[in-house]
Amino acid sequence: MLLTITTTTAPATDLGYLLAKNPGRTHSFELTFGTAHVFYPEATPERCTAALLVDIDAVGLVRGRPRNEDAPLAAYVNDRPYAASSFLSVAISRVFGTALGGRSRERQELADTPISLVATLHALPCRGGTGVVHRLFGPLGYTVEVEQLPLDPAFPGWGASRLHDVTLTGTCRLADLLTHIYVLVPVLDDQKHYWVGDDEIGKLLAHGEGWLAAHPERELIVERSLKHRGHLIRGALAQLLDEDAVEPPDEVEADAGEDALERGLSLNNQRLATVHRILSEAGAMTVADLGCGEGKLVGRLSRSSKFQRVLGVDVSVRTLERARQRLNPERMPAKIAERVTLLHGSAIYRDARLADLDAICLVEVIEHLDEDRLPALEAAVFGAARPRLVIVTTPNADYNARFENLPTGRFRHADHRFEWSREEFAAWAEGVATRQGYTVRFEPIGPVDEALGAPTQMGVFSR
Amino acid sequence: MNLQIPELSVVLLVGASSSGKSSFARKHFLPTEVLSSDTCRALVSDDEHDMSATSDGFDLLHHLAGIRLKRGRLTVIDATNVKREDRKVLIDLARSQDCLVSVIVFDLPEGVLLARHRARTDRDFGAHVVRNQLSSLRRDRRGIRREGVHRVWFLDSEEAVDAVTIERVPLWNNRREEHGPFDIIGDIHGCYDEMVELLDRLAYVRTGSDEAPSAHHPEGRKALFLGDLVDRGPRSPDVLRLVMGMVAQGTALCVPGNHDVKLVRKLHGREVKITHGLAETLAQLEGESDAFRARIAEFVDGLVSHLILDDGKLVVAHAGLKEAFQGRGSARVRQFCLYGETTGETDDYGLPVRYDWAREYRGRAKVVYGHTPVPEAEWVNRTICIDTGCVFGGTLTALRYPEEELVSVDAARVYYEPARPLRPPDARAGSDLLDLDDVSGRRHVETRLGRAVTVDLEHAAAALEVMSRFAVDPHWLVYLPPTMSPSETAPKDSPLLEHPREALSYFRKAGVAQVVVEEKHMGSRAVLVVCRDPAVGPRRFGVVKPGLGVVTSRTGRPFFRESELQHALLDRVRQGFEDSGLWEELGTDWVVLDAEIMPWSAKALELLRLQYAPTGAAGMSVLTRAAALLEQAAARDPSAAELSAATRERLAAVEQYREAYRRYCWEVSGLDELRLAPFHLLASEGRVHTDRDHTWHMETLARLASTGDPLFVATQYRVATLGDEESEAQVIAWWEELTSAGGEGVVVKPLGWLARDRKGLVQPALKCRGAEYLRIIYGPEYLLPRNLERLRSRGLSRKRSLAIRELALGLEALHRFVEGEPLYRVHECVFGVLALESEPVDPRL
Repeated sequence: MLLTITTTTAPATDLGYLLAKNPGRTHSFELTFGTAHVFYPEATPERCTAALLVDIDAVGLVRGRPRNEDAPLAAYVNDRPYAASSFLSVAISRVFGTALGGRSRERQELADTPISLVATLHALPCRGGTGVVHRLFGPLGYTVEVEQLPLDPAFPGWGASRLHDVTLTGTCRLADLLTHIYVLVPVLDDQKHYWVGDDEIGKLLAHGEGWLAAHPERELIVERSLKHRGHLIRGALAQLLDEDAVEPPDEVEADAGEDALERGLSLNNQRLATVHRILSEAGAMTVADLGCGEGKLVGRLSRSSKFQRVLGVDVSVRTLERARQRLNPERMPAKIAERVTLLHGSAIYRDARLADLDAICLVEVIEHLDEDRLPALEAAVFGAARPRLVIVTTPNADYNARFENLPTGRFRHADHRFEWSREEFAAWAEGVATRQGYTVRFEPIGPVDEALGAPTQMGVFSR
Repeated sequence: MNLQIPELSVVLLVGASSSGKSSFARKHFLPTEVLSSDTCRALVSDDEHDMSATSDGFDLLHHLAGIRLKRGRLTVIDATNVKREDRKVLIDLARSQDCLVSVIVFDLPEGVLLARHRARTDRDFGAHVVRNQLSSLRRDRRGIRREGVHRVWFLDSEEAVDAVTIERVPLWNNRREEHGPFDIIGDIHGCYDEMVELLDRLAYVRTGSDEAPSAHHPEGRKALFLGDLVDRGPRSPDVLRLVMGMVAQGTALCVPGNHDVKLVRKLHGREVKITHGLAETLAQLEGESDAFRARIAEFVDGLVSHLILDDGKLVVAHAGLKEAFQGRGSARVRQFCLYGETTGETDDYGLPVRYDWAREYRGRAKVVYGHTPVPEAEWVNRTICIDTGCVFGGTLTALRYPEEELVSVDAARVYYEPARPLRPPDARAGSDLLDLDDVSGRRHVETRLGRAVTVDLEHAAAALEVMSRFAVDPHWLVYLPPTMSPSETAPKDSPLLEHPREALSYFRKAGVAQVVVEEKHMGSRAVLVVCRDPAVGPRRFGVVKPGLGVVTSRTGRPFFRESELQHALLDRVRQGFEDSGLWEELGTDWVVLDAEIMPWSAKALELLRLQYAPTGAAGMSVLTRAAALLEQAAARDPSAAELSAATRERLAAVEQYREAYRRYCWEVSGLDELRLAPFHLLASEGRVHTDRDHTWHMETLARLASTGDPLFVATQYRVATLGDEESEAQVIAWWEELTSAGGEGVVVKPLGWLARDRKGLVQPALKCRGAEYLRIIYGPEYLLPRNLERLRSRGLSRKRSLAIRELALGLEALHRFVEGEPLYRVHECVFGVLALESEPVDPRL
């Protein structure tokens, strides 16, 4: 990673005093993650440039890193040794500590004076694109020049990277420039290489003094600085704005797309309420929620004494662990806890533990399976477990036309393998019913559009 | 006295304290066969005389007995058992496991007991206890026979006890010593003509007179009749006569069917409903003699409801038999054999719905049965129903065992209208449904490479998610490839991390004479199942929808997101096999191939965009600028010279890194830009080709490229003789040539696939990657001395152990598939490979 700082305020070589690094030679500092070098490509009274080059020890850095399942080599081959990141911030605080604090042994007056400065950051990753760079540095008084780097000039088809070469020009105290870079580089990158705990709030507020509270993007800065950790963010914003409580900022995450799309409809709640009602009407007392996720339905049903046994089954051990933490059976009243069981299992394997139940629910599950696995699901749920009642909900693809943010032909969630029209769902459900000796009826869930139906469709199978 | 005890039974020793039961048990049974109430009491309380622990002690005893019986072990209960209610608990337990109960009663004179009691120092209770026990025993003594036990013996004196010999006798159903070969024949129902035609077809020679007919097979084969000889059809008496003749002569075996049993109940004068074709049989029997009718009754009464044959590898019963009941004897077992089980529901025709036990069958023995007419005999989980409804106008079917060939003759006509239509074929869909128990928990999978592979619980749990959510339909997933270790790390004086010297040396030391060295293509690993036509999928692989096969990644996921692209590729491969004549030559209509699909960017574009390209872009931007600035600095500041030189070196490394990955990328818009390099022809009908050396695989697969279809790339290879310096030097030179031209490297394999040294299997393959390629794996700057030095310390043993275990499982899966084993047996192995893949191992290896 590389940061250059240039001044033309004469005598420019005084930059060496401000940084406490003699422009006459090259300086090296050992850091825990590599070596930082400071050198001066030019040092004349008219113009002086200091460069901070951080040489990351990539091989030493990866020991004991957690493994990323989808990209196992990502820990070893990545842009971290080169891109501007929180490593750069740490290097600034270690190497330019006094300047960052606004102190200078020889030139305190100059340190307190705005001077003309140009800073260049190379390969700065920006989550959210070029606009975010402007939105973050612009309000601080800099002229911002941004050049987005292509992923690979040999393959123009791959498009642009999220890396930018950024030049900031302005007149300000050196300490201000360094502070802004120190705080905002990790914000743009939206990562920090170290654990973010409670003390990070203090650091952020100290470095943000005098500018952060008034910054129009302060929520974004706080949120990303604190790694999206809700309670930290609320604490920091409260202190920053001197308020008691602050609403958490809306997460606009790409992977929460389905929820975001459907949130206005509070569809999930409606689904759960509908399933709950149908189970009650049918007098089901023992119920399994296949694909229980974090256990919302399980929790809801467990609070009603009408249900004697509620099984939450999920195929993901991690999800099930989250469900366990959320439901926290150890802290439930014993009467409720004994009704609830969380099981690791799969809807496409026969499972003796699911035999002899009154009802099985598959709420927004089937669309997460490849279509050619549905015969196995049918055999396992309708053929082998054979409860009196099976409830299946799935998106109604007809309704997708109503979602303005959803491009035509795209699914509501990246993991959906299919989304069925009402006709397609009915064809499948009626086939299952015939083959397996059930009768099926259909109900919409959510606001019904005359032509397109409801956003969610449900099949209720009974025998 | 010689006591004949069934080999699988509960032996209850009954007698007051000091009767000598424990000594008797020690003398006649294995210590592990004897469960003693004293011992169990001691196990739960540390004191075998602690009467307060009696109840818990018995709980333990019952628990242990239950487990032993479930596992089919004879179990002796050494407790006083003098009270009826104490015996009842144990008799019920035996019954719940469908085991017989033998009782040995020690009813010694009171004087003997009391003298013994006085002589013992380890009993702290009074003589009255012994007297009370004795009186309890004597009170119920005569009723023991009626308590539902198989045999009771009374031993009334010390001499009688001493004179006992124990003989363990097999159960009637145990005919393990009968090895056949057999011709197993389904429900005949009085269809005499078809039966005779079938016997002729099977080359039986008929002998005897019209009154006493028989038949035998010149090669000593035995016919095995599955019961339901009578009712509905035109000539039940003739069928009976011939079967009885053959059984009497020892040329046939027979199990009873429900119709046979019902007929005999009628013959015994019992009240039965004259339905389901019994009327026809009774009418036909009117012309027969009383003696013949009596012989029928005697014959059927003497039949055993099921037979365990051929060392336990074959089980026959009229209505089939689930595993837990095999080799057991109880009324419940007999019921199952005759009628099967019902679910308690009725179908649209008002007939009881049968419990489809075969879907859940996981036993080792093959079960052949009849009873329920099916349109076609099909294997389901090692079971097969061969009642093909002859009397309803279907066919009469025989299964030749062990050949497993089906031989059928058509019915001359419909003799009887079925009450409901024969089950349509698609009703069997889902009959091979996998069970969670097939894959979950800690598992030991037996493999024919001579080692059982253990799969840990947590890894199986991880694999369940991948298998359920991301893998292709398990029907297609008959193989997953093993991971591959690199060669040993090159020594310190080498400027490289990997070099073929080490791979050659590994195999040389393992005693391998020749290796094949294959060019390693830099693409993405793929396993292809290719069918000659779409109908092969449902027929051979059991998938629901017809299809040409599947292309999967090395973790069983679909290789292509677009199924159209997969189909197009498979179609070209299918055509390649057609054009090269390989379908005919191999005598198959499907193959499994190991291959590499190029370019890498086709599959890895996401990784390139998120990981590889940004690394290069960031490195180039930063280091280009830094190098320029340092040059400027060095011009006026000599102290910058060193950093300047080092930075130029780093810049060069990033440039080379970028070049390295660029070689494996090209734009792909469809099939035209894809290249397929198959390197193993793993299996085809009837054969797993790991018994052919790699030259065969290379040459055979090269014929696909020779068809002129540009999709196929023939893999370059060399064969090296180990220990021959010139031969080794040639392949090393070839490696240098390949890798300096940007190639990924080579894979070195024992020429004959599998090789063993004294420690067991040798690695099936080692990869030797080129220095430039490894930048993609270890990072752009890995070759800088300060990095390389640290990277050399890498441990390969875990990776190599995984490679061997995964190989054993993967090949086992293929063998099982080729042998026609049920889906769950194949899936167990493939699932195991996937589970092992979740073991943490350095991904750079």
